[in-house]
Amino acid sequence: MTEALLVLEDGRTFRGTPYGAEGETFGEMVFNTGMTGYQETLTDPSYHRQIVAMTAPHIGNTGVNDEDPESGRVWVAGYVVREPSRVVSNWRANRSLDDYLKEQGVVGIAIPGTRALTRHLRERGAMRAGIFSAPAEPVEALVERVRQAPVMEGADLAAEVATAEPYVVPAIGEKRYTVAAVDLGIKGMTPHRMAERGCEVHVLPATATAEQILGLRPDGVFFSNGPGDPATADVEPLREVLASGTPFFGICFGNQLFGRALGLSTYKLRYGHRGVNQPVQDVRTGKVEISAHNHGFAVEAPLEGPFDTPFGPAEVSHVNLNDRCVEGLRLLDGRAFSVQYHPEAAAGPHDAAYLFDEFCEVMNRAQA
Amino acid sequence: MPKREDIRSVLVIGSGPIVIGQACEFDYSGTQACRVLRAEGFRVILVNSNPATIMTDPEFADATYVEPITPEYVEKIIAKERPDALLPTLGGQTALNTAVALHESGVLERYDVELIGADFDAIQAGENRERFKEIVAKVAREHGLNAESARSVICHTMDDCLAAVGELGYPLVVRPSFTMGGVGSGFAYDESDLRRIAGAGLDASPTTEVLLEESILGWKEYELEVMRDKADNVVIVCSIENIDPMGVHTGDSVTVAPALTLTDREYQNMRDVAIAVIREVGVDTGGCNIQFAVDPRTGRMIVIEMNPRVSRSSALASKATGFPIAKIAAKLAIGYTLDEIPNDITRETPASFEPTLDYIVVKVPRFAFEKFRGADRTLTTHMKSVGEAMAIGRSFPEALQKALRSLEKSGSSFSWAPGELPAKQELLDACRTPHDGRLRTMQQAIRAGATAAELYEATSVDPWFIDQLFLLDEEAAELAAATELTAGVLERAKRHGFSDAQIGEIRGVGEARVRDLRHALGVRPVYNTVDTCAAEFAAKTPYLYSTYDEENEVPAGERPKVIILGSGPNRIGQGIEFDYACVHASFELSRAGFETVMVNCNPETVSTDYDTSDRLYFEPLTLEDVLEVVHAEQQTGPVAGVIVQLGGQTPLGLAQALKDAGVPVVGTSPESIHLAEERGAFGRVLAEAGLPAPKHGTATTVAGALSVAGEIGYPVLVRPSYVLGGAGMAIVYDDETLSGYMAAQEGGHPVLVDKFLDEAIEIDVDALYDGEELYLGGVMEHIEEAGIHSGDSACALPPITLGSHDIKRIRAATEGIARGVGVRGLLNVQYAMSAGVLYVLEANPRASRTVPFVSKATAVPLAKAAARVMLGATVAELRAEGMLPAEGDGGTLPMDAAIAVKEAVLPFNRFRGVDTVLGPEMRSTGEVMGIDRFFGVAYAKSQAAAYGELPTKGRAFVSVANRDKRAMIFPVRALADLGFEILATEGTAEVLRRNGVHAKIVRKHSEGPGPGGEPTIVQCILEGEVDLIVNTPFGSPGQSGPRLDGYDIRTAAVLRGVPCITTVSGLAAAAAGIQAIVRGDVGVRSLQEHAQALRG
Repeated sequence: MTEALLVLEDGRTFRGTPYGAEGETFGEMVFNTGMTGYQETLTDPSYHRQIVAMTAPHIGNTGVNDEDPESGRVWVAGYVVREPSRVVSNWRANRSLDDYLKEQGVVGIAIPGTRALTRHLRERGAMRAGIFSAPAEPVEALVERVRQAPVMEGADLAAEVATAEPYVVPAIGEKRYTVAAVDLGIKGMTPHRMAERGCEVHVLPATATAEQILGLRPDGVFFSNGPGDPATADVEPLREVLASGTPFFGICFGNQLFGRALGLSTYKLRYGHRGVNQPVQDVRTGKVEISAHNHGFAVEAPLEGPFDTPFGPAEVSHVNLNDRCVEGLRLLDGRAFSVQYHPEAAAGPHDAAYLFDEFCEVMNRAQA
Repeated sequence: MPKREDIRSVLVIGSGPIVIGQACEFDYSGTQACRVLRAEGFRVILVNSNPATIMTDPEFADATYVEPITPEYVEKIIAKERPDALLPTLGGQTALNTAVALHESGVLERYDVELIGADFDAIQAGENRERFKEIVAKVAREHGLNAESARSVICHTMDDCLAAVGELGYPLVVRPSFTMGGVGSGFAYDESDLRRIAGAGLDASPTTEVLLEESILGWKEYELEVMRDKADNVVIVCSIENIDPMGVHTGDSVTVAPALTLTDREYQNMRDVAIAVIREVGVDTGGCNIQFAVDPRTGRMIVIEMNPRVSRSSALASKATGFPIAKIAAKLAIGYTLDEIPNDITRETPASFEPTLDYIVVKVPRFAFEKFRGADRTLTTHMKSVGEAMAIGRSFPEALQKALRSLEKSGSSFSWAPGELPAKQELLDACRTPHDGRLRTMQQAIRAGATAAELYEATSVDPWFIDQLFLLDEEAAELAAATELTAGVLERAKRHGFSDAQIGEIRGVGEARVRDLRHALGVRPVYNTVDTCAAEFAAKTPYLYSTYDEENEVPAGERPKVIILGSGPNRIGQGIEFDYACVHASFELSRAGFETVMVNCNPETVSTDYDTSDRLYFEPLTLEDVLEVVHAEQQTGPVAGVIVQLGGQTPLGLAQALKDAGVPVVGTSPESIHLAEERGAFGRVLAEAGLPAPKHGTATTVAGALSVAGEIGYPVLVRPSYVLGGAGMAIVYDDETLSGYMAAQEGGHPVLVDKFLDEAIEIDVDALYDGEELYLGGVMEHIEEAGIHSGDSACALPPITLGSHDIKRIRAATEGIARGVGVRGLLNVQYAMSAGVLYVLEANPRASRTVPFVSKATAVPLAKAAARVMLGATVAELRAEGMLPAEGDGGTLPMDAAIAVKEAVLPFNRFRGVDTVLGPEMRSTGEVMGIDRFFGVAYAKSQAAAYGELPTKGRAFVSVANRDKRAMIFPVRALADLGFEILATEGTAEVLRRNGVHAKIVRKHSEGPGPGGEPTIVQCILEGEVDLIVNTPFGSPGQSGPRLDGYDIRTAAVLRGVPCITTVSGLAAAAAGIQAIVRGDVGVRSLQEHAQALRG
């Protein structure tokens, strides 16, 4: 069998066998610690331009089905696993992961050293990498090519993954609210969770202006997750939304934009949070949620007590208990809030689904 | 929310003796709980009747009661200690049931004891089938989740039953209502089955009612381990998938963690249901587990049951993930919330998270069917395994193959040995019935040409797992076909878990050659850390497993290291007692300045807790795996020694090979071990010391055996020379039986024929020897006469009928053996005293099963002292340190010392149809201790702890062999004097009457009912009319008549749970015990108080 190579920008290499499509690919090397949910992970637009390594050793066991993708395509730039499944075992599956990756043109590699890779990234931070299914050049040359790939800091990617045209996700059952959702890389489950609660969700392109957003006369505005460096994003539209007093809810990238709109800064984490087991504490109740994460950047904010913003006093609403990183923000008047993690889960636990209820309550209060 | 300040003392209930289904996982959980509670400043009161546990060490509680775990005894303890709270969730079903009984009888309220960590309503809701069904239905409805209970219909007529089929379909389960022990249940695959089973069921049910339930046989089976704190934070610690689908008890299934064949949607639905059910049931704080079945065709999910307490699976989940469920459950019970508790492994992150694994864990059960001839070997929903092994690997094949070799049982590992295979169809047919080693049968079927589809059809094992077996078969073929064993070829085989022995078998070379070649090529495992987080954070605790992967994570050593080899999976004859010794050695050597390194593969134990030793290697105990650990440790610093003496036969068997490989084995040398184990050599040791052994000879033929027996005289003890642990032993009284025994042996193998010392007193001794001085740990006198395996017989310490002169002789003899063999550390000797002569039966230069019992009875930590002696300390030094008494030893206990009685616990209720007569082959799974100033009381306590209280009134049935007739008169008269009505078979009744004891004659089973419908004794027992049975066996296997009578009597006794005594000395002890109970002078005393009395 041919030998494939994973090359990191600091020169470390991992040998393995090709998986999925063959060829070469570049991206930011990150690891995901979820033990389930590879299909959701692969199709999460926030992974755009990232090569994802799975720490769980056996991947592909349950094949691929038509219900679980979070978007219309695989977004990861490359895929690193240890033990690809040779068979498909699940009543919902209709093809193998290997075939799916091939069909989507995603270059992958199976290496024994996924744990060594994870430890390396943990100690040295996320970095650029390349996968070469059939490396034809010496390693030094490959490292050089990896170093020429763009870095994640300063990357403005939302527009690359977001919808070009607005579309509407109708409410399930009785329509109670109109939500304008700005797509910065939205996952399918997010509008679905809102629709379940009676929201008619108008999904707008990442470039939507405040006029376009508020022109829908929405009960609430939502900013989604998405890839890239939040420092590159234009937060003016969001500022205008906040100034209008319309209820606001943001997730992930949306949280970072909310933070920047409030005047806070964002920074890049050493290796990010990517997995489905992260403990997040709700500062108000003290309750802990096990939550799904996928973020490489975070908001810098004072953990204790409220702070002033142009839109009134705000506070950190959620904190990650592993590293005390900011996981949520809210205006004290309750009208706008956001979280850094994923209440829509997919993949991951549903502990934080109550946040969609809270969004609806805020919209309900505003309607009254 | 910090720790509660309104509670100062907590009573913890343990789980009692090791039995099938409730083993040393509860020592692990109880020990963790006691440690936590003491560290938090509570006064801990502990009750557990099992002396072999770590938790009953006096240092783990403020007051340790080795007393029966019955509501009566626990009430006495509560009355005496007045604890503020009771923690019942860490001692298995035994502790939970006892707590419920104490609550229902009002004892807890009367003494103002608060139950913590559990809630009565929750216990009821979790355990009541109907209520649980309602809860599942409610949760599914209110949360819109995919969850239900198995569909069922209650039927009162055959028409009802036939109508129900339309809804449930075939196959279905028929359960008659209100019949004893599930009598009349069965599977109906078609209408004729249904008419037959349900017809009989309707007849058998007193309410003419049967429950028909849809069958979920063959569905995928899962478990989730869940923790909840009082702030309603809930985490799933681990998911476990059973490779054996529904129909096999999870304790008997091969299981894997994490679950490997669920998508995130399905897993999250399961998680949501688990959390919603636990909230609805109202589990207050702590750990619980919940089981699910999933239809592989549709994904329909059924919630099977939940346990509102820490369980065997919790122990497995703790070891599999590094998340210490029992410890955290104890912290939650005293008021903490999950986010307030740090994760010990990372030290920086909190316990309020869900562990994620970057490795695979496989657990395999260990069975002991060979010990129970006549037992049904089919695996069902009734647990039959006696232990388990767990292994960790970076892939499923690696973990599975490591787990199979951890069983240390030949025929457990997959094999590609050359030679004729059974036909494919034969193997496929064998796979249809779940049995011990079914995965291997499947692997053999693959070799014989079975397809994946055929295997799935036969077993319902998920196709993913079946494919992994195919993968291994393909890897084996590649290995066989390789032109040369290159580093690449070896690495690849190793990554799939092939052992050197398997590689050798496939390549037709010896294991040692494979290893030499592998080492020469530099192909070695690395050790990865169980870190709870898939390497997301750095691990601070060296809990390691081997894998053929990239990076070694063994941290550098700081002090000289001692490697302690554990005892592997529990089995009959090698259980928790050896774990006790290993753990003690680890604690003591760590205190003495060594870095302790534990190697073991039993997830139930305290030794495999990551904080017991400085380093833990979760590894199989084969030569290959141990050598690699030693190598890895030597790379990071000096290894002062490897201890093989404490883990039972498993590590002892490795001693010579380890030494040959240059490993520093400390303690008694392998050569000395050989001196004790090899018959001829040991004979010379005895001759030199001037000690007699029973006469013996060896025979390979019927004629030869008859000639030996003629020379030494009957009765004789016979056993094949090539087996250990009493397997295949028998006591033979005549030529005919001896001929039969010899004829049944495999041709050519020598059989050892020993003079059997009938009516001898058997004595067990544990001693410590440093090369100069002997410390006699304890002298135990068996209550049953010689001929019953020492592990199965009750014994008393100090001995009740031996004088100081006898003990002096025993000390001298033990010292002679210790010196002659060259012991450094522990020595166990078995003696038989007959007609004033002290015979040596055998000597084992290692920790014995009785070490913990002796340590507790004499308040001296023998295993700790032994570990020190092995590393060079002398008895004199240990006396000076205060670890051993300044003067005297276990043979010089004061006259008023309390008497401790050890009783064995046998698993006959699990193996219906197996004869319960005790013999030279050990069959007990566990033990209890009763301790009191008076022998009778101590014996009565031991019986109450092992089998339930001895009766104090009612009917006693007596039927004894001729040789026992004289000895039984006195104790039977004592029973009659106590008011028992005596029933006896004709011969026994005559003897009793002639001696003035009135006995009513009952018909033998073989006589059948009388002309007037007079019932036989077996019928009387089954009707519940007998309260105590005394039946000593006679004859030998294969005979009919009276022998068979005894078998049926004892089987009936097991069915009805009636105490059944099978020796006359046991009867005498029981009579003394009953007298003591009747007198009412039964109190409780803690081990700490006993120790005080011994020292004072």
